[in-house]
Amino acid sequence: MKDKSRMIAELKTIIKPYVQDQEAFGNLDEDTDFINDLKVNSANLVDIILDIEDKYDIEIDNESMEKMLTVRAALEVVNKKLGHSYDSPQE
Amino acid sequence: MNQSVVITGLGVVAPNGVGLVSFLKAIQKGSSGIRFYPELKDLGFSCCIGGIPEVSEELKREYLTDLQLRNFNSSGILYGCIAGMDAWSDAGLSATEKVDYNSGTIFGTGMSGTEKYREAIYKVDAGKVRRLGSTVVAQTMASGVSAYLGGILGLGNQVTTNSSACTTGTEALLMGYDRIRTGQADRMLVGSCSDHGPYLWGGFDAMRVLTYKHNDTPEAGSRPMSASASGFVPGSGAGALVLESLESAKNRGASIYAEVLGGAINSGGQRGGGSMSAPNGDAVQRCISGAVRNAGIQSTDIDLINGHLTATSKDYFEIQNWSQALKLEGLHFPYVNTLKSMVGHCLAAAGSIECVASVLQLKHDFIAPNINCTDLHEDIVQLISPDKIPRTIIKKDIHIVAKASFGFGDVNACVIFKKHK
Repeated sequence: MKDKSRMIAELKTIIKPYVQDQEAFGNLDEDTDFINDLKVNSANLVDIILDIEDKYDIEIDNESMEKMLTVRAALEVVNKKLGHSYDSPQE
Repeated sequence: MNQSVVITGLGVVAPNGVGLVSFLKAIQKGSSGIRFYPELKDLGFSCCIGGIPEVSEELKREYLTDLQLRNFNSSGILYGCIAGMDAWSDAGLSATEKVDYNSGTIFGTGMSGTEKYREAIYKVDAGKVRRLGSTVVAQTMASGVSAYLGGILGLGNQVTTNSSACTTGTEALLMGYDRIRTGQADRMLVGSCSDHGPYLWGGFDAMRVLTYKHNDTPEAGSRPMSASASGFVPGSGAGALVLESLESAKNRGASIYAEVLGGAINSGGQRGGGSMSAPNGDAVQRCISGAVRNAGIQSTDIDLINGHLTATSKDYFEIQNWSQALKLEGLHFPYVNTLKSMVGHCLAAAGSIECVASVLQLKHDFIAPNINCTDLHEDIVQLISPDKIPRTIIKKDIHIVAKASFGFGDVNACVIFKKHK
């Protein structure tokens, strides 16, 4: 698995353009919720997913996408797709 | 109750000037905004010239946020937002934190985001629909421009987009006028916009209604009312006007450009010589005389006609219709000009850009020159005096301007503006 703090930094770069609450963005951690904390417009979640796909050269299916509402969930999905599974068998 | 309706703000994004200051200078000077576009030549267009407003990346960023500009590819919406936001601030209004239920917008277009739609079609056809992202709908829906403006300004009255081909802008103005006059809104931002580029202009090129004779002389390409008129030059851009009840304008202490006295909208029903692309003359005349009647003026009160006059063989027919509707000819005919000689035919944006030009002429007491018509069409000069078709600027106190637009589908709109004392 990739270094977690490096991945959070990469994720921050990706979501920055969509963030409407800069203060919450400054305090971002694994528990941060994209919509409730960062006030990302829900329509932009699909754009964040596409940007993540481009960054890591992965494809995120609808089911995984629905789960990606927090930083933690996003990290889990990306790691899983990259084959750096924490607890589930590799696909 | 019938409220008086006045104009308190203007905004414009035109091929020969972006922003009121540069547009005013351009129409006083008679500057052409028509250029040669190699892209059109490479694509095999017969007409390789057109009118595209110059909007720099920096300017875009003054109006739209980085997030709004992310994956943004809709020139008409961009032009509409710039013109609309400019008009709003020109009227002394600002975007509100809370929704303003007394202000709305009717901002028309023909098509939205043709380039954006092209991107989307390529992705869909490649089986990549999920890669479209969230931005396709807002940038390609017809009402995209009014939706953007409504959100940016916080408008809570009617927020909609009208569409009636080249009549769109003038129709939007009259629809907003009705809404204020009948007490349903205090302020309406009205206007229209049009994309530029091959995907919008191609259909007109294919119909052979564009000139192919001026690819080497673009600035001379748009020649309304001239013997050598050989088709129109496609343009693009946006015009916007803030309409307001006189009461609201006075309460705010807003400065007033002009009053909208009235107007008329109709269709020739594609009968009596009318068709998808040609006007029924009887309907055009009814529209003009209806506007004069609704405005409560006499035809002799009109100082200036800002015509539709696109530089096709129909220009004579239009002049004839004005002449018969107003029962004026020769030296008694009002001055007549057309902005299209400078900017081409801005399609859905034409009516609103030309309404802005009309109001500026009223406000600043001048009649803009008709460029490129040194060789006036002989049928036209048999009907009206050539002195009434100024080729250079005339500085003159003018009080009443009649502006008309006509469009595909045999649709007509005519509005009467009056200087506000």
